[in-house]
Amino acid sequence: MTMTTGAGLARRRWSALLWGLLGVVLLAVLWEGYKAIGPPTGVVLFDTSILPKTDDRSMPHLVDMLSRAIEPVNTSAGSPPVWVAVIGAALTSLGVAAVGWAIGSVVGFLIALLMQRLQVAERAVLPWLILSQTVPLIALAPVIVAWGGKIQIGAFSWDRWMSVAVIASYLAFFPVAVGALRGLQSPDTIHVELMRTYNAGWFRTLLKLRLPASVPYLLPALRLGAASAIVGTVVAEVSTGYKGGIGRMIIEFAQSGTSDPAKAYAPIAGAVVLGLVSAGIVALIGLTLKRFNRQEAAS
Amino acid sequence: MTDTARTTAPTPSEVLPAISVRSAGKIFTVAKGAEVQALTGIDLTVAPGEFVSLIGPSGCGKSTLLRLIADLDSATSGEILVFGKTARQARLDQEYGIAFQSAGLLPWRSVQANIELPLELHGVGKAERAARAEELIELVGLTDFRSRFPDQLSGGMQQRVAIARSLAERPKLLLMDEPFGALDEMTRERMQQELVRICSETGAAVVFVTHSIPEAVFLSDRVVVMSPRPGRIVDIVSVDLGPGTSRSDSLRENPAFFAGVTAVREALHGSPVAPLGADLR
Ligand SMILES: Nc1ncnc2c1ncn2[C@@H]1O[C@H](COP(=O)(O)OP(=O)(O)OP(=O)(O)O)[C@@H](O)[C@H]1O
Ligand SMILES: [Mg+2]
Repeated sequence: MTMTTGAGLARRRWSALLWGLLGVVLLAVLWEGYKAIGPPTGVVLFDTSILPKTDDRSMPHLVDMLSRAIEPVNTSAGSPPVWVAVIGAALTSLGVAAVGWAIGSVVGFLIALLMQRLQVAERAVLPWLILSQTVPLIALAPVIVAWGGKIQIGAFSWDRWMSVAVIASYLAFFPVAVGALRGLQSPDTIHVELMRTYNAGWFRTLLKLRLPASVPYLLPALRLGAASAIVGTVVAEVSTGYKGGIGRMIIEFAQSGTSDPAKAYAPIAGAVVLGLVSAGIVALIGLTLKRFNRQEAAS
Repeated sequence: MTDTARTTAPTPSEVLPAISVRSAGKIFTVAKGAEVQALTGIDLTVAPGEFVSLIGPSGCGKSTLLRLIADLDSATSGEILVFGKTARQARLDQEYGIAFQSAGLLPWRSVQANIELPLELHGVGKAERAARAEELIELVGLTDFRSRFPDQLSGGMQQRVAIARSLAERPKLLLMDEPFGALDEMTRERMQQELVRICSETGAAVVFVTHSIPEAVFLSDRVVVMSPRPGRIVDIVSVDLGPGTSRSDSLRENPAFFAGVTAVREALHGSPVAPLGADLR
């Protein structure tokens, strides 16, 4: 029985990979196909451009993007190839995003715990959580940078990357809070009443029942939180002016667009891969909690 | 240690009934202040080691009565004592074990770990837990399945695990709400047989909710017949099997068994107390 589900799982993984690759191929075909047959001036409807121009500046060939990625970043001596620079920037962003994700997850989880413990808190806090996500990042970034700049405790001083991490955590905490709350509230009445007959208090019920039961809800929430943290990091790098990450690199390379259009696509691809890698890391964390994920594994 | 326990504990519990319910009532307040009289004027005494079934049409308050005894709900009137203590104190002291219609096993725990759950919660050591679980697994006949997970068991096996779990702390009282309700007839009869054996081995008193007349008669010393709107006890049928009759499979063909079934059926279908008639739909 476990054998068949294991095999089924492996097959599902492979087919997911296959569909993913197919999607990439389809995207490439669409890109090159439109470039080949589309009008050079693009498609304009009622004065609004709805499809881009097809010249090499607006839509470089895929081959050009790839070959540009292995050439040096710029003409100065010792300049590394673009792909190496992209990986370096991606790793920097990943580190910052990971810090933001961790903080956001912990905070989100604590908020969920509070809401589960006190129903009043759920009614009072939940609307604020939703409201918090409607604040535009662009408005938030300068505020956080300004506040951070004022913090100076002994040898510790606020660094720019911390602002970025805070903004990433601001995006990451929300899905975790909502998912964890649903998970903590997921046990059936019969289980909760059983714990009551055992005279188990809130904390023991949490430990033995609610936490394990929340795992199937928590894992997707953490995955979502990781994706949000990456997006938050990329955007926050740009709006706080933090240098060294992939978000900043996307902007810098795009600015050299007119003379070197193929260069900008490498960091964009890097950001996409970064999102996939972060999801993969969370999935690995999920593997260690497999035992608590039985229903999900069985279905 | 065991000696002092032996000299202090049994003396009162031999005198005290396992359960004593005195004119208990329960009113649920539902939305907009409307009230549902779920139980009224319930009087019931269950002796230690006695097997008592609750039977009656749906909605007559069987589960509610069980939940009052278990202190999962509190009575709005009257008094409920379990081994001489209030229902609440009895719950705090872990005086009873409970099993519901759905087994309610934790899906991420193995059979053994599920049975150990109450022991774990009450700080019983690992080795002792494992030994007790082993005993219980044997008692319910699941020796080969101890490390399986609930989703790998049949409904009947899950129910056995739930019963084993309810017995984990050697309670002197078992509360069971239609534990065999979801099982097929064959499994059901086998489980009844096993329950009889388990009860005779543990000596626990049982309050057993069921919809099945034969099941109630087969298992019980007394069958409490209830009727709805408001939920109340209309009759208590003593099942007298005569001396020396054991509750084995052959009992199902015994005249005393049929007499019991007939008595319970008449109590259920008769029109005694209800002034409005229409006891059964
Ligand atoms: N939490 C509750 N809130 C309001 N009414 C309730 C509640 N629980 C039970 N009742 C009502 O109390 C009455 C008795 O319910 P109960 O569940 O005890 O019946 P039962 O005899 O166990 O029925 P069944 O055989 O279907 O399980 C019903 O009318 C039911 O609607
Ligand atoms: Mg019921």
